[in-house]
Amino acid sequence: MLTANRLRDGDVLYRKGDGWVPMLADGETYADQAQADAALAAATAELVRNEFVAPYLFEVREVNGKIRPVKEREIIRAAGPTVHPHTGKQAGQI
Amino acid sequence: MLNTLVKPAQPNMYRYDEFDAQFVGERVNQFAGQVARRLSGELTEDQFKPLRLMNGLYLQLHAYMLRIAVPYGTLSSKQMRKLAHIARTYDKNFGHFTTRTNLQFNWIKLVDVPKILRELADVEMHCIQTSGNCVRNVTADQFAGATDEEIEDPRPLAEIIRQWSSLHPEFVFLARKFKIAVGATEKDRAALLYHDMAVQIVKNAQGRVGYKVFAGGGMGRTPYIAHVMSEFVEREDILAYLEAVLRVYNQDSRRDNIHKQRIKILINAIGPEEMRRRVQREFEELKRMGTLQLPKDELDRITAYFAPPRFEAGLSDTLPEAGADFANWAQTNVYKHKAPGYAIATITLKTPGQVPGDATSEQMDAIADLMDQFSLGEVRVTHEQNLVLPHVRKTDLPAIYAKLKELDFASPNAGLITDIIACPGLDYCDLANARSIPIAQKIAKRFENLDRQHEIGELKIKISGCINACGHHHAGHIGILGVDKKGVEFYQLVLGGSGAEDASIGTIMGPGFGEHEIADAVERVVNVYLAERKDGERFLDTYRRIGMEKFKVAAYKEAVAA
Repeated sequence: MLTANRLRDGDVLYRKGDGWVPMLADGETYADQAQADAALAAATAELVRNEFVAPYLFEVREVNGKIRPVKEREIIRAAGPTVHPHTGKQAGQI
Repeated sequence: MLNTLVKPAQPNMYRYDEFDAQFVGERVNQFAGQVARRLSGELTEDQFKPLRLMNGLYLQLHAYMLRIAVPYGTLSSKQMRKLAHIARTYDKNFGHFTTRTNLQFNWIKLVDVPKILRELADVEMHCIQTSGNCVRNVTADQFAGATDEEIEDPRPLAEIIRQWSSLHPEFVFLARKFKIAVGATEKDRAALLYHDMAVQIVKNAQGRVGYKVFAGGGMGRTPYIAHVMSEFVEREDILAYLEAVLRVYNQDSRRDNIHKQRIKILINAIGPEEMRRRVQREFEELKRMGTLQLPKDELDRITAYFAPPRFEAGLSDTLPEAGADFANWAQTNVYKHKAPGYAIATITLKTPGQVPGDATSEQMDAIADLMDQFSLGEVRVTHEQNLVLPHVRKTDLPAIYAKLKELDFASPNAGLITDIIACPGLDYCDLANARSIPIAQKIAKRFENLDRQHEIGELKIKISGCINACGHHHAGHIGILGVDKKGVEFYQLVLGGSGAEDASIGTIMGPGFGEHEIADAVERVVNVYLAERKDGERFLDTYRRIGMEKFKVAAYKEAVAA
C-alpha cells in the first residue's frame, strides 16, 4: 500500500486511485511491485500540489479476510497509539 | 479548582525583558511566514523541514509534534495553565513531559502552529532550538534554589547559557544537536556526565566559587561518560570557556557520517588530552580578545531574578502526622529543603499503569492551583519525567498529598522501581523501533505492591524504543532497549547503568525478550538482586559487586531468547 501524511495537519493518508483516503481499510493494495512503484511515482509527481508529504510504500498481508500491515509501526499508524485508545483513527471504533 | 484560591504568586524566575519579548515575537512572525509559504507551496518540504525543526516541530507517526522549551525545567503557574489551554484547544487534552524537561504535544496541526506560538509567547515561552543541530534546552538540578546541598543556585548560570546559546550565529548549524546541563551539588540529579557539555558549580581550594566543565558525554548509539575539560574555570571566564569547547567541536567534528557527529565521538577519537589542548588554545584566544567576559553586574542582574523567596520564619519543622499512606509518600517523595519548616515535594507522574510523563489539561490546571496555593507559583520538570514543588511548607504537605490523590498523581514511588523513564516509543515516534510506554506500564503494574517496592528500594528502570536512547536506557540500573526484528518488537536488557554522580554505562545482557516476556525477565533479575544483596546495597551496588552472570542465567531461564 501507499501512505503519506497530509501537509496541513499531518494526518495519515492512504492512496486510493488518484486520491487519498484516511482509513487503511479503504486504501488500495497493489498486486505487484510494478503497480506499487507506479503508484509511488505518481504520488511523488503530485508533491508539488503541497497537499501531502513523505509518501512511501509499506507491506500488508491478509489476515482473516482483512488487510493488515506487516510491521507494527504501520499497524500503530493505521490505528493510533496503543496506549491512548481514544486518540487516532481507532477513536470511537473500540 | 481548589476551594481556597489565592492570588497567583510571582515566582522567582527569569522574566523576559523588552529584548527577549521582541526577539521571541519576531521569531514567531518569521515562522508564521515560513508556515504560510510552505502551505502555499513557495517552500518545498525539503526547504521547510530544517526551519520547522529549529522551531521544535516534528512530523511523527500520526501528526505533527510540537516540543516546547521549559528552560532548566522551571515553569510558573501561568505557564502551566497556558500549556493546559493549548492541550485543550489545539491537541487532544494531554501533553507529555520529556527527559529534556520539555513538554511535547502529539496531535498538532501545522496550520495551528503560528497561533500556538503566539499563545506561548504571551507567557514567555517558545519552541526555539528544541530540535535541530543546535544547542538544545539547557537543563539543571530540579532542586535548584531549594536544596541546602548546593554551592549556589545553578539556574542563573543556566539562564546565561540559554541566552548566550540562543541563535548564537556560530552555533546554529552544528554537526549535530548539543545538550548542556548545569548542577551545583555533589549529588547529580541532572545526569551531567551524559551531556555533550556540563557545568558543575564548585569551590576551589581557596574557597572561591567557579565551574568544573565536562564534555563528551552522551547516550545514543555510542554511549560515553563525559571527560573533565577543566577542573576550575573562573566565573568571568565561563562563557569564553564554553564557547571554546563548542568552537573546537564545530570546527573539528565529522560531518560525513551521521553516527559520528556528536562531540563524544570527536573527543574519544582525538583523546581527552588533545581535546583539552585544543580547547585551551581557543580559550586563551578568546580571553586575549576579551570579548566574552561575563561582567559581574550582568551575572548579578540575572541572579537577582532567582533570589530566594522570603521564607516564613517560625514554621514547624516537623513532618505532620497524616496517616500511613501520607507517611509512605513523604518517605519517598519529600526531600529536605534549605529553609526550616519547608520541604521539596516530588509529584511522580508514574502511578502504575499511567503513561510516564503524561498529564491532562485538567491535571495541569490543578497542579497550577497547587503551585499557587502551596509552592510560590512554581514547579520544576525533571529529566525523570516528574514534577517538583520546590518550596512547600511542611504543614501543607498533607493537603498537597490529598489533592494529588484526587489527581491520581500521589504514588509514593520517587526513585523506586515503578518510577520508570520511558520515551514515547513506537506509539508516537517516527524513529522508534518498538513501543516503550506499554512496557513501562506492564512493569509498573507488576511491581505495584508498595511494600514490595520499598523492599526493593532504589532501582531506576529506563526504557528506550530505539538506539537513540531518549529513554536513557544506557543510564538505567535496569535499562531496556526496544529493537525491531522483522517487524516484531523485542527488548534487550541492559544492566548496571547510572546517570547519577556514580555514572556508568549499562551492559547489554544478550538477545532480546519478546513483548510478553520482558516483564517476567525483569522480575527474575530483581529476584536475583533480592537474593544476593548485602545490607544497604542498592540494585546497582549488588550488580557492580557480583557482575552480570547470575542475572543473565536467571533472566533467560524460562525465556525463549530471540
